[in-house]
Amino acid sequence: MQSIQQIQDQIIEEFDFFQDWSEKYQYLIDLGKNLPEFNDSNRVDSNLIKGCQSKVWLNSSFDNNIVIFEADSDAIISKGIISLLIRVFSGHTPNEIIAANIDFIEKIGLNSHLSQTRANGLLSMIKQIKIYALAYQAKN
Amino acid sequence: MLDVYKIREDFPILGKKVNNTDLIYFDNAATSQTPNQVIDVISNYYKQYNSNIHRGLHSLSADATNKYENSRTIIKNHFGASHEHEIIFTSGTTHGINIISSGLEKIISSKDELIVSEMEHHSNIVPWQMLCEKTGSKLKVIPINDDGSLNMDEYKSLLTSAVKFVFINHVSNTLGIVNPVKEIIDLAHKNNSKVLIDGAQGAAHFKINLKELDVDYYVASAHKLCGPTGVGFLYGKSELLNSLPPYQGGGEMISTVTFKKTEYADLPHKFEAGTPNIAGVIGFGAAIEYMNSIGFNNIEMYEKELLDYATENLKKIENIKIYGDVDDKISVISFNVGNNHPSDIGSILDQYGVAVRTGQHCTQPIMDHFNIPGTVRASFSFYNTKSEIDLFIDALKKASKMLG
Repeated sequence: MQSIQQIQDQIIEEFDFFQDWSEKYQYLIDLGKNLPEFNDSNRVDSNLIKGCQSKVWLNSSFDNNIVIFEADSDAIISKGIISLLIRVFSGHTPNEIIAANIDFIEKIGLNSHLSQTRANGLLSMIKQIKIYALAYQAKN
Repeated sequence: MLDVYKIREDFPILGKKVNNTDLIYFDNAATSQTPNQVIDVISNYYKQYNSNIHRGLHSLSADATNKYENSRTIIKNHFGASHEHEIIFTSGTTHGINIISSGLEKIISSKDELIVSEMEHHSNIVPWQMLCEKTGSKLKVIPINDDGSLNMDEYKSLLTSAVKFVFINHVSNTLGIVNPVKEIIDLAHKNNSKVLIDGAQGAAHFKINLKELDVDYYVASAHKLCGPTGVGFLYGKSELLNSLPPYQGGGEMISTVTFKKTEYADLPHKFEAGTPNIAGVIGFGAAIEYMNSIGFNNIEMYEKELLDYATENLKKIENIKIYGDVDDKISVISFNVGNNHPSDIGSILDQYGVAVRTGQHCTQPIMDHFNIPGTVRASFSFYNTKSEIDLFIDALKKASKMLG
């Protein structure tokens, strides 16, 4: 199992291949389209993340000290970004998730392409992921 | 006819690069850009005669007061009000609405009813909901038809004797539809109801005559008319404004103050407590003069040309749906392409330098009516060009293909 940092480094390496923003966006769109199907029963208001212009649902489960995330959105680029976040965070322990320093978003140059509204949405997603981890840590 | 390329030279921001490409600014319904003629007037105020108005005896203060009051005259003349004191300077449309909603708290009772429409901006809904909560009065809603226009038959049937006020926008910020406000006002007056028109979107696109409209209250913002942000005006008929209590207490709005009793100042000062946005008000006057130098008839004709050109070419795009596609509208187009989320389209357009608005545009009831999460809204101004529209449509096609 790769560490959160190793996964981030891998994503940064992948994005290095892209020549311009349109290739990055196309990649995010493709990731969004391939995001595993979200369980309909989890598409509820209590799983909605506040602060996104599009709707984003985030659900988590906890087993054997491992947190699994699944998410969905009605906007495809948001789904692509979510897909990266799930790849980074899902399958790790609460302690690892809480301690993680998220640097890949800036390093893949996504920051400069996100409007303030979108960037705030992304921050809300990361915050919610960490809140889930904190809750599971407390439960342990 | 106006010379758009000459006009563009007045707007320094239009030469800006965004994401390494020329800026195409199609978010004019949110805020318009500011010409040098306005920027210079504001900058000159701070360089030459920055001082507090109405109180000082010194020359600087006199100069600032004259220019501030001159803006009131410019606005009174432009909008065809009867008196200067009927023009109250505000921080914007929302502030103007709140002055009235707060003033009506003691006037409206639980037996009264108020009317808004389904196409209002949240700022022309929420203050009235708050007023209803405080007074126990009832808020009734005029529905829209499926083409986005107001359902006037429903309006007529909602206008019962209990209705004291009607609050309607002149132009829908989301759909661009121009409402038949003269008819709305006349029907209301026959019913002894008063009318407030939210002119945030109307004031910038055609000439308005408040006296001819016979409207009771009218509110608008400077930043939609090439003026600065944080300034607007509230127009009210003298007798109505006189019947309302002040909105805020403070300096400037009083005639005498003792601990026994304080007398309020006359209009317009009664509603202008504290030091106002002096530079902004002076800039607002300059903006109205600038737009008049181009001519509102020219602006209206040219913007209609842009609207028709864009609408015709947008309709050629596969799976496009335009909301509010009626004859009487300003240069605002709200649309979606297929099932693509408006924020996806907007994000990609931004990469091509095209600034549009995406989302609900502070009009959630319209989105609920059409059962959509939002729209992409492109809004054009007299400084936009057909070649910008071509580039926008080209970028939109590319966005649609990427998302497809």
